[in-house]
Amino acid sequence: MEQDQTHGQEHPISTYFWIWGLLFVLSAFSYMVDILGFESYTRWTLILVFMLSKAGLIVAIFMHMAWEKTAIIYAILLPTAFILVFVSLMMLEADNTHLVREIFFSSPL
Amino acid sequence: MSQTASPKSAESAADPGRIESAIQDWSSDQRAFKNVPWGKAMMWLFLLSDTFIFSIFLISYMTVRMSTKVAWPNTSQVFALEIGGVQFPLLLIAIMTFILISSSGTMAMAVKFGYSKNRKITAILMLVTALFGLSFVGMQAFEWTKLIHEGVRPWSNPFGAPQFGSIFFMITGFHGFHVSIGVIFLFIVARKVWRGDYDTGKRGFFTSRRGNYEHVEMMGLYWHFVDLVWVFIFAFFYLW
Repeated sequence: MEQDQTHGQEHPISTYFWIWGLLFVLSAFSYMVDILGFESYTRWTLILVFMLSKAGLIVAIFMHMAWEKTAIIYAILLPTAFILVFVSLMMLEADNTHLVREIFFSSPL
Repeated sequence: MSQTASPKSAESAADPGRIESAIQDWSSDQRAFKNVPWGKAMMWLFLLSDTFIFSIFLISYMTVRMSTKVAWPNTSQVFALEIGGVQFPLLLIAIMTFILISSSGTMAMAVKFGYSKNRKITAILMLVTALFGLSFVGMQAFEWTKLIHEGVRPWSNPFGAPQFGSIFFMITGFHGFHVSIGVIFLFIVARKVWRGDYDTGKRGFFTSRRGNYEHVEMMGLYWHFVDLVWVFIFAFFYLW
């Protein structure tokens, strides 16, 4: 798992070609979500699934996170996960603003 | 492998498990990121802060889009490309996505060949990456020109909610700026690799430090991050 960093990150070239191909396929899928015209929750779920799998492949393989020390994995990924707290806070805030606008600006502009 | 004496203690010393190893590293009263080159650790921390910047942009976009009473422009049509009288939705964005992914692929291989000290292939792969990046920025300039001609401004646009313009210019502009900076540094590092600076230990023109092939990996981390951010922009701004 954790290899000696003095030898650097050397992995077989086929690994990169595989991931490259997978990213192409996943991008094509997420483009198809728009072409095929999925709507509402189906659309959002599909977008998120393809987005997260692409992001995961890039971080884990291309950026070699899968082979890094656990200490640095946590140092990077835990703070990133906390962004979700910010997201949920701002969702509440946006809902609130929207509600206020619905009440006080019921006619557009 | 063939140790027979006290296998239990040897096992716990050699392979403490992931969580335990992280705790040991962090609590060792020494450097926390053992065996990680400091430049690479710093690049990761920079990317973490950059993640925060882009997430703030995307969160403000989410807030604006969720709270507006005016309909959000249909990005599928706004970014459609007309070829031979046929409208292709999001075509340019799809091409840009594939180009950026390809540049990530060539960059990942450049890192690999860098560590195996194959100077020429590394430099060529980095140049290919830079050219992909340049074409990406070129397409983005085309996209901006097209939208500005259609009347999209940071304060208004003919398609829907007026915040669309400011969000679009800010997010794609900041990302395009990252790509441009990446291209410049790709050329710089590729030149160093080609010249053999990392083999001869030539000192850098700015830092006066000797580099090594870890620089290629750090460059790669930055470049993959640019690709990573695009994955999120593509999903949230263009597809959502």
